[in-house]
Amino acid sequence: MIDEPKVPAGGGTPESRSSDKPTPAAKPVAKMPTSPEEWVSPIREAIEKRFPAAITHPLIFRDQPSVILLKEHVLEVALFLRDDPSIAFTFPTDVTAVDYPSRDKRFEVIYHLYSFVRNERLRVKILVGDGDSVPSLTGVWAGVDWMEREVFDMFGITFDDHPNLKRILLPDDWVGHPLRKDYDILRQDKAWVQANLEIKSGQ
Amino acid sequence: MIQQEKVPEGTFLDTDEIVINMGPQHPSTHGVFRVILKLDGEKVIGSECVIGYLHRGVEKIAENRTYPQFTPYTDRMDYVAAVSNGLGYCEAIEKLQGVEVPSRAKYVRTILTELQRIASHLLWLGTHALDIGAMTPLFYTFREREEILKIFENYAGARLTTHAFRIGGLQYETYDGFEKQVRKFCAEIDRRVDEYEKLLTGNRIWVGRTKGIGILKAEDAIKLGVSGPVLRGSGVSWDLRKAQPYEAYPELDFDIPVGENGDTFDRYIVRLQEIRQSRRILIQAVNQLPTGPIMGRVPRVLKPPVGEIYHSIEAPKGELGYYVVSDGTTHPYRVRIRPPSFINLQAFDQMIRGHLVADVVAIIGTIDIVLGEVDR
Repeated sequence: MIDEPKVPAGGGTPESRSSDKPTPAAKPVAKMPTSPEEWVSPIREAIEKRFPAAITHPLIFRDQPSVILLKEHVLEVALFLRDDPSIAFTFPTDVTAVDYPSRDKRFEVIYHLYSFVRNERLRVKILVGDGDSVPSLTGVWAGVDWMEREVFDMFGITFDDHPNLKRILLPDDWVGHPLRKDYDILRQDKAWVQANLEIKSGQ
Repeated sequence: MIQQEKVPEGTFLDTDEIVINMGPQHPSTHGVFRVILKLDGEKVIGSECVIGYLHRGVEKIAENRTYPQFTPYTDRMDYVAAVSNGLGYCEAIEKLQGVEVPSRAKYVRTILTELQRIASHLLWLGTHALDIGAMTPLFYTFREREEILKIFENYAGARLTTHAFRIGGLQYETYDGFEKQVRKFCAEIDRRVDEYEKLLTGNRIWVGRTKGIGILKAEDAIKLGVSGPVLRGSGVSWDLRKAQPYEAYPELDFDIPVGENGDTFDRYIVRLQEIRQSRRILIQAVNQLPTGPIMGRVPRVLKPPVGEIYHSIEAPKGELGYYVVSDGTTHPYRVRIRPPSFINLQAFDQMIRGHLVADVVAIIGTIDIVLGEVDR
């Protein structure tokens, strides 16, 4: 809000738009789709051929493909994605989660994978209900260790067979999971704060 | 013949493993970072990193701010490379919204980001050398870094947390003498890097403290998700500026330096070479700097379409990614930041095993962590 009124003329006023560079931005905006489309790719075909019922919702948005992976197939599909030489998603870029409280299964656990061979990324989502757990992929990509711990810390989603599943950013005895949508930004574990930081008010 | 007496248990010859604690307040951990070491004599046989002392809930804050309001917060993560942080966030939102950034803005952004890369590597070099025991380079690297900070100050009014970029381009045109100042810096820096090399590269103590220390093999680095100079030091030639180019990088010519053995010395060489490559990029970018508008068409009230985006850039420390979920309102539904230091730090345990306690500081230094980014 601080910045908005001051946005300079480049795209704001008609005079500047008609000057040296006529509407460089107009074209792509018109072309840009505003909703995801179906993702068609050899990777999708390979997964569906090998595991016919493992993935749903193959979508592509802003050139970024994403699929929902059913929980029962997580480990086998992950191994396939890593080891198949033509796909080779060997690089675990990121693990995170998003909370949608109104949904039946409220969490999406999201793995971002990268393949050096194809120079492509894939977003794999696993739907999880409150209190449910997902298989840990630390056995497939060692690098997801801390990131899964962070998801556990921030959302309270447990990962089965994780070698060291405990909080990573917050104190071990903190109560609550701050990135859940029902955790207000001003909320905190007052008892912990008062006991450990000697702040009487809790703020 | 004297009968040799049996040494009682529990004396100084006792060979039990001991566990010691390092940090969180320790000058060589570059912030508030604690590491628990399991030792066999002087040899480290295991470690555990304890982080989170600087956690501020940046991702939660993002959900409670509008898209433009969150931009300055990104500067506070990797506070020695604030410009790069801002670039990653602005680009992610531009991609989500579908904003085309004018080419002048792209070039100015590239120049400032490369300056920031040099500044970050200079700070790293000075402090890393200081940790290992070479005090002199710190003064020299800070002298050169000062020149970069002056450029930032002239451009954005701030030296560290610059808030240099806006979603859609730039807020400010460059100041008079901007190109001249960057050119002057480029003319100097190569000679300066030669000086650092003269001080360190052939120095017997430096080589002894870094060669063969903290070896990370290429396949392990990939498995661990390590990126940036640490990955390239292990011999993987992968740089997002080449692999998935953004801003003005497709039009600029530069090489990706890689190491061979994946040890601390190789990572040092890679970063020094990166400074030289950044200088090449800067000279080209300043020479080709186009004229024109500096701001794309961004709506006054920014409401990106419902959807999600993952965008990452090659920050000085590695792949800095932003995963943004939009629900069509003025506030992001979720912002996830993939911090390079956090993920690179995971390799610490593998790198330290089998080395001596004294190498702990060398390995923490070589990963180049900033705790503001690790903890967010």
